[in-house]
Amino acid sequence: MLGIDDPKIWSAYLLCILSALFCVGYGLVNWNKGDEIVRPEDKKWVEGEKKAEKDL
Amino acid sequence: MDNNMLILTIVVALYLFMIGYLGYYGYRTTKNALDYLVAGRNVHPFVMALSYGATFISTSAIVGFGGAAALFGMGLLWLTFLNIFVGIIIAFIVFGKRTRKMGHNLDAHTFPELLGKRFNSKFVQGFSGLVIFLFMPLYSAAVLIGAARFLETTFPAYINFNVALLIYTLIICAYVLAGGLKGVMYTDALQGAIMFVGMAALLVFTYVKLGGVIVAHQALGSLIAKVPPKLVEAGHMGWTSMPKFGSSLWWNLVSTIVMGVGIGVLTQPQLAVRFMTVKSNKEINRAVLAGGVFILFMTGVAFVVGALSNVYFVNNPVFGKISLAVAEGNIDKIIPIFINSAMPTWFVYLFMLTLLSAAMSTTSSQFHALGTSIGRDVFEKVILGGKNAKHTVLITRIGIVLGVIATVILGYKLPGSIIAIATAIFFGLCASTFLPSYIGALFWKRMTKTGVMASMLTGFFGTALWLLFVHQKESEALGLCKFIFNKPTLAKFPWVVVDPIVVVLPISLVVAFSVSLFTKKIDKEHVNACFKNI
Repeated sequence: MLGIDDPKIWSAYLLCILSALFCVGYGLVNWNKGDEIVRPEDKKWVEGEKKAEKDL
Repeated sequence: MDNNMLILTIVVALYLFMIGYLGYYGYRTTKNALDYLVAGRNVHPFVMALSYGATFISTSAIVGFGGAAALFGMGLLWLTFLNIFVGIIIAFIVFGKRTRKMGHNLDAHTFPELLGKRFNSKFVQGFSGLVIFLFMPLYSAAVLIGAARFLETTFPAYINFNVALLIYTLIICAYVLAGGLKGVMYTDALQGAIMFVGMAALLVFTYVKLGGVIVAHQALGSLIAKVPPKLVEAGHMGWTSMPKFGSSLWWNLVSTIVMGVGIGVLTQPQLAVRFMTVKSNKEINRAVLAGGVFILFMTGVAFVVGALSNVYFVNNPVFGKISLAVAEGNIDKIIPIFINSAMPTWFVYLFMLTLLSAAMSTTSSQFHALGTSIGRDVFEKVILGGKNAKHTVLITRIGIVLGVIATVILGYKLPGSIIAIATAIFFGLCASTFLPSYIGALFWKRMTKTGVMASMLTGFFGTALWLLFVHQKESEALGLCKFIFNKPTLAKFPWVVVDPIVVVLPISLVVAFSVSLFTKKIDKEHVNACFKNI
């Protein structure tokens, strides 16, 4: 397969490509899923982070 | 100064100007991830993924592990698989979403702070901060060495390794001082984009030069007779085969390189906090798309090209020998020598920017994690008992400076062929020390403070003892075992080549879960607050 005899190598080669394709598929299928409103905790966290950044 | 040197200087200066401008623009318009979050808008998912990817992938992965692939062969692709499967799929989908929500629920801004607040423990936060502060320089030095090796190889007449290291240190320090720590996302994203183009071009060039995908792989397979006898003895069975099962080379590849780095990515403090800067799970879902492809083009390309460099060097009459011999035994030099001799001059410039981007984006976040770990996690939390002191910022800055100094000293002192090893040690140490606690923090409400403390101490000291007295490569170099017991290691084969992560991480996991079952539960109200909306 792919000019490689050892199945432990060509399977790794293919798995790399397949896992990247899974990422593409997952991203496309869930493209519009998971939207959330900004909660007070989120805002408080951002304020804390901005302050730390500004101070530094 | 010859023309090439002049052109390169101009290209690098233009690049730095562009990065500086984008950083300034981002600062002026305050269009960073945080503002988007507050405004309830989404950061473009590709920007988030490129930013995460640029932080994740460094010169260590490209130069160091690419060189390791030239030694071990294409078996390193198992690491690329884990980089995508664990580093993107598990890290984003399973860990990232909960990390973001729990981080916001607890108002945690660093990885140690997340663990410390989740388990209501100053010790957990302080100890985690100290481990990161003391050992992160090993990883940042590996990144710096990777960049410096390329510069040294490109201009051997003008720049030696020490000067190259100094040049990179100055560039990175200037970047950090100019606000690189703030992680202005468009800067990171530009760096990620340059890395993507550089690596994609490298893959195409290499395969074209060697006659195509299948021909190149077959040529690599046919080099089996060129494997040096010492490597054959250690278990090497050619560059398109895995090493002999159970041999020292097999353990080295599988336990240290593949498992250590592949699993350790989950507990990289500078990466875990990235998830907190996005607004919703939607952004994480979308970022998975670009993240997987990005990593494939980073480590996947580096490892394939690293292994194939053997074909180029053997077939080229100027060299006529395998990569390891061309680099005179220093695997960290293989990728730089290959790029400089096999690729057109303009590509060498592009690759220089690729490596500069990879080094800058990673080291700036490493120094940020270093500084906050000592300033916020150790000084403010443990020494001042959680009071927000005006000195925290000063201590953080001092921490960054000390981190830079330690990084540069290690860069000068560490031996050759060290990039992959130093990176793997840090990743493995983080996995054994933090992973059981991180899993428990996010997924098991019953995990207790005592369980976490016991697990962290087991993971840290277990790894340290294993490196000092068992794993021969390190125990021999560190010399304590020889000093006390008058022998380089206390163990016998195969334990002397088994990475600590294989032994210590499972023990640390068992300790975390079993001790938790027999110790005092964390207050239910606090646990519920941690898991709010999760």
